[in-house]
Amino acid sequence: MSEHSTFQPKSRFGRWFESRLPVGGLIYGSFVVYPTPRNLNYLWTFGAILLIMLGLQIATGVVLAMQYTPHADLAFGSVERIMRDVNYGWLIRYLHANGASMFFLAVYIHIFRGIYYGSYKAPREILWILGVLLFLLMIAAAFMGYVLPWGQMSFWAATVITNLFSAIPLIGDDIQALLWGGFSVDNPTLNRLFSLHYLLPFMILGVSVLHVWALHVVGQNNPAGIEVKSTRDVVAFTPYATLKDLFAASVFLIVLCWFVFYVPNYLGHSDNYIPANPLVTPAHIVPEWYFLPFYAILRAIPSKLFGVIAFFAAIAILFFVPWLDRSRVRSTTFRPVFKIFFWLWVIDCIGLGYLGSQPPEGAAIVFARVFTVYYFAFFLLVMPIVGIFERPRPLPASIAESVLTRRGSRSIGPIGESPEPGEPAARPAG
Amino acid sequence: MADSDATQPTRRDFLFVATAAVGAVGLAATAWPFIDQLNPDAAALALATVDVDLSDMEPGQSITVPWRGKPVSIRRRTPEEMERAAAVDVASLIDPIARNENLDANAPATAENRTLAGHEEWLVTVNICTHLGCVPVVVQTEEGGWHCPCHGSDYDSIGRVTHGPAPQNLAIPQYAFLSDTSIRIG
Repeated sequence: MSEHSTFQPKSRFGRWFESRLPVGGLIYGSFVVYPTPRNLNYLWTFGAILLIMLGLQIATGVVLAMQYTPHADLAFGSVERIMRDVNYGWLIRYLHANGASMFFLAVYIHIFRGIYYGSYKAPREILWILGVLLFLLMIAAAFMGYVLPWGQMSFWAATVITNLFSAIPLIGDDIQALLWGGFSVDNPTLNRLFSLHYLLPFMILGVSVLHVWALHVVGQNNPAGIEVKSTRDVVAFTPYATLKDLFAASVFLIVLCWFVFYVPNYLGHSDNYIPANPLVTPAHIVPEWYFLPFYAILRAIPSKLFGVIAFFAAIAILFFVPWLDRSRVRSTTFRPVFKIFFWLWVIDCIGLGYLGSQPPEGAAIVFARVFTVYYFAFFLLVMPIVGIFERPRPLPASIAESVLTRRGSRSIGPIGESPEPGEPAARPAG
Repeated sequence: MADSDATQPTRRDFLFVATAAVGAVGLAATAWPFIDQLNPDAAALALATVDVDLSDMEPGQSITVPWRGKPVSIRRRTPEEMERAAAVDVASLIDPIARNENLDANAPATAENRTLAGHEEWLVTVNICTHLGCVPVVVQTEEGGWHCPCHGSDYDSIGRVTHGPAPQNLAIPQYAFLSDTSIRIG
C-alpha cells in the first residue's frame, strides 16, 4: 500500500512540487493504483456514495446558512423566504432535506453490508468503531438540522430529545437547563443548535478522513470475506473502482432527484409547516423515518429511565460488535445459521421502524417489545453463540478462485489487464 | 552528576511538574466559562411572574397561561371532580408524592396537597408531561384528566399520573392568591 514511492510526476514543476509536498503521490497511491479486491459487489459503492452525500450536504448547507436566520421569532419566516423568494431556494432546501434522508438510507445499507460480510472483524475493529462514531455524529447533526426550521415538529422534537437527558438521576435537570439555556426550549436553544449544526459536518469530514485512512491501512473486506493473497486477487482502484463508484453514485443521485422533484415532502411531516407553538403539542408526533426504530425501542419500555437507556444502548451496542461475534468466518455467505438470524434482524429493524410510526397503543406496544427483545438478542445472544456451534461452508482458496468458480473457467490475467474484473460497471462500453 | 540525576529531582523535573500543574488548573479554569455560558442567562433568571384574573371562570372551565415559556393550566374544579379525586387511595398511585412546590418536598399526593389550603377549588399545574415534555391534552370524559399524545401517559383530574411511562405527577408551580379571584404564579 505504499505505491506512492513509484509515483513520478511528468512535468518539471510537478517534480519540484512533489519533492516539497508529496500530495500527488498520496492521491496516486490511495485512489489510482490502490489495489481493490476484484470480487467487490455494488454494496461496496456506498462508501463513495456517502462521501458524495456529505459533500452535497455541506455545499447545500453552507448556502442555506447564508439565507437563514437563527432566531425563534424569525427562523420559520426565513425558511419560508428561502422556499418562495430566494432564487432556487426551494431546490437547495429540498436537496438538503431529502439529502439527509438519502444520507441515512446509504449509511444503513453500508452498516447492513458491514454486518453481513463481517467487515468489523480483525483487523478492521478500529475502522468499524470510527464508522459507528460517524453514525453517531450523523444522528446528532440530523436532529439539530431538523430543529432549525422552527415548525411544530422541530420544536417538539427538540423538546422530547432534550427531555431524554432529564431521565439521568440527580444531575438530569441541571444538564437540561444547560442544553436549553433557559427553562424550556427557546431562542438560546435554537441558537446553539444552529452553531453546532454548522460544526458537526466538519467533524464528520475529519472522522471520515480517519475512516478512509484506517481502511487503506487494513485493506477492503470483500464478499468472500478472505484476505487478498496475490495480485491475481486485486484490480487497480482506477479505473475499476472509480468508475463503478461513480456509476452507482449517479444512480443513487437519480433516486434523490426523484424525491426532490416529484415528492419533496413525502418523507417530511406537514405539521412542520405550522410555526412552533410551545403551548400545543401536535396530536401525533413522530421523528423522521431514519430514527423510527430507535424511537420504537424508547417507547416499548414502560419506564422513563430504562427507556432512555435502551434507546442509547441500541446505538452504542454497535461499538462492541467486533468482540460480540465469535465466528472466525467473516462472510455470512458461508454461515448458514447466522444468515437466517441476520435476515430476521433486518426484518426486525424494519418492523421496529413501522411500529415507531404507529400510535403507542394496543398490539403495537406488544410487538414493539417483542421486536426490541430480538434487536438486543441478535447482538448479545446470536452473535456470541452461533459462532461457536455453527459449521461454516468451505471457504474458497482465494478471491480469484471465488470469481472463477462463479464465472466458469474464464482465465484471469494479472492486475490491470483483466477486461472483466467481476462486475458489469467496469466493462468497457460497446 | 549521573548519580544525582537519578536520585534527586532536577530543575527539569521541577519545571515539568510545575508546568503540568499550572496547565491542568488553567485548562479547567478556562473550560468553565465556555460551559457556564450555556446556562440560563441573567434575563432568563430574572424570574418573570404572571398575574392571572380568575373572576370570569366557571366551575369545570380550564385556561392555559404561558409562564417561563411553559404552559400553566388553571382549572376551576367541579364538586364531583373534587369528590372523585379525594376518594383515590394515595398508596395506589404511580407517584405518591404531591410534587407541589408550595409544600414540603415529601408531602403525599392527597387531593388536598395538590391544591392550596382554603382554595381547593382551583388546580394550578405546569401542563408538561413528566415523561419527555409534551403538552398533555384535556380528556373529554366524565372522569376528566389529561392524556399525553406523545407516548400515551394519562393523568387524573387533579394531575396525578395514572398510566405510564410518565414517572411523576404534573408539577405544581409556586403560586399565591392575591385576592379570591386573582393569583400570581412564580
